[in-house]
Amino acid sequence: MIDHDVVERTIAEALRTGADFAEVYAEDKRNTSVALDDGRIEQVTSGRDRGAGIRVIKGDTTGFAHTSDLSESGLAEAARAAAAAASQGDGGVRTVALSASAAHRPNTIATYPEDIAKAAKVELMQRVDEAARSFGSEIVQVSAGYGDSRKRVLVVNSDGLLADDDVVRLLVRISAVASGDTGMQTGFQSMGRTVGWESFDEIDVEGLARDAARQAIVKLKARPAPSGAMPVVIKNGTGGVLFHEACGHGLEADHVQKGASVYAGKLGELVASPLVTLVDDGTMATEWGTLGIDDEGHTTRRNVLIEDGVLVDYMWDHIRARKDGREPSGNGRRQSYMHLPMVRMTNTYVMNGESDPDDIVAQTESGVYVAHLGGGSVNTATGDFVFGMNEAYLIENGEITEPLREGNLIGNGPQVLRDIDLLGNDFAMGNPGTCGKDGQGVPVGDGQPTLRVKSLTIGGTAS
Amino acid sequence: MTDLATGPTSDRADGAELLAIADRVVAQAKTGEQIEAFVSRGGDTEVRVYQGEVEHFVSAQAEGIGIRVIRDGRTGFAYAGTLQESAIAEVLAEARDNVEFGTADEWAGLAEPDGVAATDQTLWNDELADFPTDRKIELAMELERLSVAADSRLRIDEANYADAAGEAAVATTTGIRQWGRENGCYVSVSTLADDGDETQTGFGFSVGRTPEALDLARAAREGADRATRLLGATKPASQRTTVVLDPFVTAQFLSIIASTLNGEAVVKGRSLFKDRLGDEVAPSFVTLVDDPTNPLAYTATDVDGEGLAARRNPLIEGGVLRKFTHNSYSARRAGTVSTGNAVRGGFAGTPGVGALALSLVPGTRTQAELVADIDDGLLVQSVSGIHSGVNPISGDFSTGAAGLMIRNGAVAEPVREFTIASTLQRMLLDIAEVGGDIDWLPMRAAGVSLVVRDVTMSGS
Repeated sequence: MIDHDVVERTIAEALRTGADFAEVYAEDKRNTSVALDDGRIEQVTSGRDRGAGIRVIKGDTTGFAHTSDLSESGLAEAARAAAAAASQGDGGVRTVALSASAAHRPNTIATYPEDIAKAAKVELMQRVDEAARSFGSEIVQVSAGYGDSRKRVLVVNSDGLLADDDVVRLLVRISAVASGDTGMQTGFQSMGRTVGWESFDEIDVEGLARDAARQAIVKLKARPAPSGAMPVVIKNGTGGVLFHEACGHGLEADHVQKGASVYAGKLGELVASPLVTLVDDGTMATEWGTLGIDDEGHTTRRNVLIEDGVLVDYMWDHIRARKDGREPSGNGRRQSYMHLPMVRMTNTYVMNGESDPDDIVAQTESGVYVAHLGGGSVNTATGDFVFGMNEAYLIENGEITEPLREGNLIGNGPQVLRDIDLLGNDFAMGNPGTCGKDGQGVPVGDGQPTLRVKSLTIGGTAS
Repeated sequence: MTDLATGPTSDRADGAELLAIADRVVAQAKTGEQIEAFVSRGGDTEVRVYQGEVEHFVSAQAEGIGIRVIRDGRTGFAYAGTLQESAIAEVLAEARDNVEFGTADEWAGLAEPDGVAATDQTLWNDELADFPTDRKIELAMELERLSVAADSRLRIDEANYADAAGEAAVATTTGIRQWGRENGCYVSVSTLADDGDETQTGFGFSVGRTPEALDLARAAREGADRATRLLGATKPASQRTTVVLDPFVTAQFLSIIASTLNGEAVVKGRSLFKDRLGDEVAPSFVTLVDDPTNPLAYTATDVDGEGLAARRNPLIEGGVLRKFTHNSYSARRAGTVSTGNAVRGGFAGTPGVGALALSLVPGTRTQAELVADIDDGLLVQSVSGIHSGVNPISGDFSTGAAGLMIRNGAVAEPVREFTIASTLQRMLLDIAEVGGDIDWLPMRAAGVSLVVRDVTMSGS
């Protein structure tokens, strides 16, 4: 993407004002998307984003500038802007010798999506539309999207690091609307992986479409969700967002270092039910949150955060790790070259327990069974979090019964982690997510076995 | 400190450079081909201060082009984050190639000039464009100092100054040719209030078209109030009650209501109000207007995302549903005319439909007067999970909330970790009063205190 000589000179330029650290993050991304709605291929879009972000750190101050001009003069201009933003002094000349690290590739790509005809991507969406519509006459509307991207990344810094990555992502999403006497209801499914086109040999996109249609139709018969605190069982592979919100964000070192997390100062303490072992793992093959290197050039890792209920570590990026005198954990991520990196999750999951998932439901006298969770959000300082339930049912006398209308669930992270009293042995990863923080969105994965929380507050309207 | 150029790098304030790029693309249209070129360029600055030091200083510049091609009712689109000539040629070629895969749509087409004159707006200020870097840092530091001083229980998570400047040109083969530029700035603070083991959070902000318009004292005071008044908050008992939505919460509620009045959702059968024009959907004192021509609105503008004049559109008038918002596509399909509501997220996408500057016609009373009339109720200070718990197609409404109980006409103990729920249809009908305290927030909807009856609180 850029000659090594040029990046070396760019780093030297960025260090001219006496900075402690300088970094170039260059990116060249191409993407193709197909939007189907209302039975029509509305649009095929091709996009290209290419540029570099330059970060300069002096003391506790970070300066950042970016450019879409990857020529040496464009990079030098951005380097000077970032250096000026970080500092006022003149520190003289400092040069850096770069050593390339061997690229770690979690995935092997056999067929790059860019080599596949657009017609095949269009045809995929038409199959999805047909599968959802033919599932039931109640389906009145379907929208579907396909997206692929290939992002080549080069990260170089003044510690001598030189690393690159080449990340391919495929995404399919389907949203169905069903209409009946009770009004309209919606169903949603999606699939996102860091894989090549060959994966469509095994991914059943029509099955995803039928599931979106099924959800919408089931909810036509839904009754208002209950209101108040009760036991909640969450189906495997649908509720990882619970941990993403209940504790994931609170274990990000930037929140922790500012004392803006309920988990600050709790290392070594029991913060969750002893059933819970929580891992953030950027190395998992094919998952949506997987990366070879993070966006600061560090090889991603499998990091155990909570082990048997005990808090063992937080997640770290360059700045926060440096401040704490330790190694970063491969969690420095950014939305694009136009953004500063910060501490972010990758794939966050809870490991298997020992309960049979059917027994978990059977042991629940009354409560709510969540078959498909929606998005969520959290206040890391109080630990209060919410997430939506896209598909949920009542549990009565140990059996799953009537479907419920949509609503939010609310809980407090540390309390909910302690209240997990049954954990299944049926671990599965969930839907691809986009995690938003400080205005930046990055792809993340999550997963968990079927589990029960002793008490969560369901935000419905029925008493 | 070296000053950084943060405004558009163009020396010309008439848009000639961007319009020339757009014109060159449009001029390449072949017979039977409609082309739209949208070209934009912008820059922003963000200063974050923590404990008296600059934590980061971001100086960002971006530019790009999006090209839409329509032929025989088929649409193709491509974009690139650069304005280099060779890249632009590639974007046009890609957009043309993508046309082949679109489904023919009899309503597809670009906007056409409709003779509606744009209302002049002052969207650009040289004073802000020339504002020096060291003054930006001082503003963020000053806000942090004021916030710390506001209350002894307060810590500051971050204090920010940010500004943005941008220019954009759009030209089409149908005769649209517009250029505009805009800049603005804001300060914001995230606060933490501690009491023993307990921590609560708050935020404060102030926005302006010039740095002089920023009210740092108000941002600091609100940041302190929001965090400290929740100290000691407990989880309330579940109940049905009357709620008073704080202006900031009402603005979020109005944005959701607007998404149900979106013409694209209507023509595609996804709006719960699709067959309800002329129906009473709210009490007679409720009038909801989308008016980007009002200079008081933070999102006031002269033209929409397709280059048509932005205009005043009453959506609900005297409680009766009067109008949906439309861009040229949804209007053509609905057999009506564009309401000037094309919205565009930048060069990387095609225009959708959306409200531009919503507001409820305000009543006369203050929030305190509204609260004084309520024996048992809840003042909702903040909501969370709007994106996960509200479905604008089914109408289900459920969000996390925090606020203060209302007892015998006065605000009482703080509460948190509960939800409020109803349906969008019911909430509109259950509006009991609109406050007189309209607040022009940095969102596409203005805030105002709003009293809504019969909302379910779910707690313990």
